[in-house]
Amino acid sequence: MSTAATTHDAHHEEHPKGLLRWVYTTNHKDIGTLYLIFALTMFFIGGAMAMVIRAELFQPGLQFVDPQFFNSMTTMHALIMVFGAVMPAFVGLANWLIPMMIGAPDMALPRMNNWSFWILPFAGIMLVGTLFMDGGAPAGGWTMYPPLVLQTGDAFPFLIFSVHLLGISSIMGAINIIVTIMNMRAPGMTMMKMPLFVWTWLITAYLLIAVMPVFAGAVTMLLTDRFFDTSFFNAAGGGDPVMFQHIFWFFGHPEVYIMILPAFGVISAIIPTFARKPLFGYSSMVYATASIAFLSFIVWAHHMFTVGMPLTGELFFMYATMLIAVPTGVKVFNWVSTMWKGSMTFETPMLFAIGFVMMFTIGGFSGLMMSITPVDFQYHDTYFIVAHFHYVLVTGSVFSIFAAVYYWLPKWTGNMYDERLGKLHFWLSTIFVNVLFFPQHFLGLAGMPRRIPDYSTQFTGFNEISSIGGFAFGLTQLLFVYIVVKTVRGGSKATDQVWEGAHGLEWTLASPPPYHSFTTAPEVK
Amino acid sequence: MLLSKVKRSLTAVAGFALLGNAGGAAADYALNLRQGVTSISREAYDLHMLILWICVAIGAVVFTAMFISIFNHRKSKGAQPAQFHESTTVEIIWTIVPFLILIGIAIPATKALVAMEDTSNSDLSIKVTGYQWKWGYDYLDNGVSFISTLTTPREQIENQQDKGLNYLLEVDNPVVVPVDKKVRLLITANDVIHSWWVPDFGMKKDAIPGFVNEMWFRVEEEGTYRGQCAELCGKDHGFMPIVVIAKNEADYQQWVTDQKSQMDAASAGADRDWAMAELMERGEKAYNTSCGACHQANGEGVPGAFPGLKGSAIATGAKDAHVAIVMNGKPGTAMAGFAAQLNDIDLAALITYERNAWGNNTGDLVQPSEIKAAR
Repeated sequence: MSTAATTHDAHHEEHPKGLLRWVYTTNHKDIGTLYLIFALTMFFIGGAMAMVIRAELFQPGLQFVDPQFFNSMTTMHALIMVFGAVMPAFVGLANWLIPMMIGAPDMALPRMNNWSFWILPFAGIMLVGTLFMDGGAPAGGWTMYPPLVLQTGDAFPFLIFSVHLLGISSIMGAINIIVTIMNMRAPGMTMMKMPLFVWTWLITAYLLIAVMPVFAGAVTMLLTDRFFDTSFFNAAGGGDPVMFQHIFWFFGHPEVYIMILPAFGVISAIIPTFARKPLFGYSSMVYATASIAFLSFIVWAHHMFTVGMPLTGELFFMYATMLIAVPTGVKVFNWVSTMWKGSMTFETPMLFAIGFVMMFTIGGFSGLMMSITPVDFQYHDTYFIVAHFHYVLVTGSVFSIFAAVYYWLPKWTGNMYDERLGKLHFWLSTIFVNVLFFPQHFLGLAGMPRRIPDYSTQFTGFNEISSIGGFAFGLTQLLFVYIVVKTVRGGSKATDQVWEGAHGLEWTLASPPPYHSFTTAPEVK
Repeated sequence: MLLSKVKRSLTAVAGFALLGNAGGAAADYALNLRQGVTSISREAYDLHMLILWICVAIGAVVFTAMFISIFNHRKSKGAQPAQFHESTTVEIIWTIVPFLILIGIAIPATKALVAMEDTSNSDLSIKVTGYQWKWGYDYLDNGVSFISTLTTPREQIENQQDKGLNYLLEVDNPVVVPVDKKVRLLITANDVIHSWWVPDFGMKKDAIPGFVNEMWFRVEEEGTYRGQCAELCGKDHGFMPIVVIAKNEADYQQWVTDQKSQMDAASAGADRDWAMAELMERGEKAYNTSCGACHQANGEGVPGAFPGLKGSAIATGAKDAHVAIVMNGKPGTAMAGFAAQLNDIDLAALITYERNAWGNNTGDLVQPSEIKAAR
């Protein structure tokens, strides 16, 4: 390498210190950290709202909040967890890991990277700020179905604009990821040699670009319906309220895969490491991910089987939805086969990964049950649905994020986390998350509708159990913060390899890795 | 207070451990979908059990393999890692087998769905209208028509009284249907989307403003069946239950006759002039069922969400404007029009009440004849 290039690199090391470092940063690790901190903050804000919900539902009758505020809590909890916690957490992981995994110095578009992060806090503040507005925070559900959402008070335009901003941020993040993966892979790293986390994020990024604009369009139509007298979703003016649901779920179903595909990538990295055995069926994993992504575009109406679709429509969406079980099953079988005849150890990341495989599969089973339209008429809009999507989102996506943090934190910080506390965090989380969500299956089957602040006394028992699980699960997450902070501050030094069975370019870098991950592209054989 | 709650919850946890032992008096620990009382609900139940057991079987195989692996193939037991990482045969098998299982499920599911969506040859049609937050029912065959609202007292909801047996699942005017007759519901809504659901009938259908959806049921046993609105519809979404009573044909016909005479009695006197005291008395009742949920019994509303009527420009201003807004609603807000829900006397009474209660004291009287003229 020439001297000029060396000087050039050295120049880049002079970045501002203190707060400005974070404001001006174009570094993929700094931005990754910002995303993760933002996500964790929102996780606790959204979690606090879940605590309000569970407190109110602990007993029948109204104890703590009025019904309108309760509806705000369910709505805001969902919006914050989806757009503020889970999605940014995965983008944070992508920022940290993709350049290190493909042998690149940084993301391809570092300034856009900075911008796509710094939109988020403003969108987040705008969204949370609606709590203090006249008429209260949005209370029409995170799905924003008209006409109900049009009854939102002053918060309405702020809700729409914050969704726009979050969408812009996601699209820019997605473009950056695609451009990075397509252009900055180390020599020799062909597409079919990419780690699965990179593959799943590549496919996720395409999903984001495909559906975020659709979502932005739908909410903009809400905005013009409310303020400019259009009638897109108003039957009295020739529109159709159900059309919103079709457009929303055309976004919304790929969106749920946006929140799970990167999780598949994380689990596919962790299980081989701790089984000390290569991932079973790498190429079928890639094809299964691509199939799931394709199917995600043709199943949206299974969220709305009760709106009164024609029989043929219901049949089509039932069959298409059932098909998703096939590639998803392939993934689960592959993970179990990877463990089979391995030489397993059970450090915290592996515990979370195994927990993921079990509990995500339970969520997958209840998903398969719902695909059966004639039974979904019973399940729809009950706590059975609530249990289902929390199994795939909490014990699925969130557990994979925990697994990823424990797995890569020693690489990021150069310090090992406290294994004993990590395991404690896993066991407490796993026990209480099941106490929290498993009884909700029973509540739904017994006939308890979602999104109600008060319920008939027959539902009392399981609601009490669920609430106790909820409070305990919520408190347990403070332990996670403690473990992470403790690891960032110090701890026993991690080796470069960190895990005995780890493979991949990120483990060839020092722990913590240098500021520009790979200044010289590594050769991949 | 807190201690007793904790104690009760511990009992609840213990009950859970015993797999569904009945806990408290009212709280039960039902674990499964109910079979219900219609052919539809039984088909849904059978399909539910079929797929549940298939899931349990697949889960048993997968998790057994995983746990065998976790117990035996661990480093601490000296397991040496194998290095296999693909097998086309196995991968084809576990793609094809689930696919075949799915086809096995799809066939009965399709049959059930076709039957559920067949609303033809009904014996009786009832139009169901969702309002924020009550249900309206119009019997298309005999002209019976009423609004059905929650009767659980506010005191029970606010924990000042013990909760009754049918807490939140009780209404003033239940729907009455004959047993063994195919009842077709034509479902729509007046304001936002609601969803009509009685779990024992095995079906729910959204009530969408501007559109009419259909569903049907044939109740096979006499009895009282309870359900709730299943689509989030605003503040009191949890407080708009559905009660259906299935009666034998003779009792049903008797009920129809009774309903008709009640309707006649309720609209009797629409042509005469009413005195202030009469209107205020009837108006308070009408206000509390139709308006109180938002504007509140004290007329002060909910700041930011629902405007107060106490001293408001509308309730103390021009009478015509007040009548117009109550009858037609205010577009773009939660304020619905009540012209279709209430008869002339009730509208006249509640507007009179709003103009004279809570110190509004306009002294204005609104007569049923004025409402009739405004229609």
